[in-house]
Amino acid sequence: MNQLQNFSKGLIKENPVLVLILGTCPTLATSTSVTGALGMGAAATIVLLCSNIVISALRKIIPDKVRIPCFIVLIAGFVTMVQMLVKAFAPALDASLGIYLPLIVVNCIILGRAEMFAQKNKVLDSAVDALGMGAGFTLALCLMATIREVFGAGTFMGMEIPVLIDNKISIMTMAPGGFFVFGLLIAIVNKFFKNKPKKKDFGCAGCPSAAICRKAELGEECA
Amino acid sequence: MTKFIIILLSAVFINNYVLSRFLGICPFLGVSKKLDSATGMSIAVIFVMLISTAVTWPIQMYLLNPNNLGYLQTIVFILVIAALVQLVEIVLKRYIPSLHKSLGVYLPLITTNCAVLGVTILNIDEGYTFWEAMVNSLGSGLGFFLAMVMFSGVRSKLEGADIPKSFKGLPITLIAASITSLSFMGFGGVVENLFG
Repeated sequence: MNQLQNFSKGLIKENPVLVLILGTCPTLATSTSVTGALGMGAAATIVLLCSNIVISALRKIIPDKVRIPCFIVLIAGFVTMVQMLVKAFAPALDASLGIYLPLIVVNCIILGRAEMFAQKNKVLDSAVDALGMGAGFTLALCLMATIREVFGAGTFMGMEIPVLIDNKISIMTMAPGGFFVFGLLIAIVNKFFKNKPKKKDFGCAGCPSAAICRKAELGEECA
Repeated sequence: MTKFIIILLSAVFINNYVLSRFLGICPFLGVSKKLDSATGMSIAVIFVMLISTAVTWPIQMYLLNPNNLGYLQTIVFILVIAALVQLVEIVLKRYIPSLHKSLGVYLPLITTNCAVLGVTILNIDEGYTFWEAMVNSLGSGLGFFLAMVMFSGVRSKLEGADIPKSFKGLPITLIAASITSLSFMGFGGVVENLFG
């Protein structure tokens, strides 16, 4: 696989949010404004890049049995660094992301990529994979945030949009709107990408319900 | 006393973890298909939330803060939660095998459940005292339970429905979740009106 394919698969074909359905919590929570979505995407991409590089470099040293705790500690370390950097240099972003910044630790995309990709591949491949996945995550977040901000608040990155600003559908920026827009986007992806990979093709590794579901192992549709 | 009731009610209804704060969405979508697994998962979550708050709050207040190590919060908390989950599993397996049988499968999932890490961090951020933090954790757990049980009812109705092909599976579940969360928005302002 060449590096370009490796990078671009994260954007559309294996988009972590819309196709692999990972990282739903931050996607729903931080997509109320485009600026917040970009910040969240950037923070998660940096953590993903660092953790993928380090995990891939250490893949022969980390014992298989304790790999999940090791991964979590590494990821938590990088999240703490990003958290401190954001607090120091972008306090406004820190305020708008709030609790979701430390929660990048339990973002399934990062642990999922460590399990599915970084521990099996070379450092360079893992880094490119992380960049692609991070870009895919940011892209999906921004797409959702654009829909929600434009219709819900009548603005785009803070710029007012004529007509829409006077006819806000404020429910779009609230919790129900998040679920609704996300549902619609996944339905659109289902409609237009008929041959998207089934969950069983990329395994249960990144799915938090894997331990009780086990359906992908049996080749069935996941819960 | 009133403060405890306000914290409890707002954690259950107004700031419901799943439906208004978007924490713990993965188990909410993944495990809510059947009522019994939804109940099992939620009870395990309530349990882990309570004990992890009981451990992380003193760690933050008496160990990290006095030593200016507040920035280690994320690492320490996730490790404590992971260790506690393991510990609870071992203890249950040894002493209460029947409970382990019903909750056991859900326990490993809870380590990466953002609702648990979320509640421990929020307790510190909100500046709660120990008992306020415990009440908030209980309320958050109960809110998770309520959302899971309600939603498993909604999903069992969806099973037999004739849904357009593109919407089958996750999309229709998310749209149902959107309507469920709409109903929770009705609680906004209730607590302020009750207690002034």
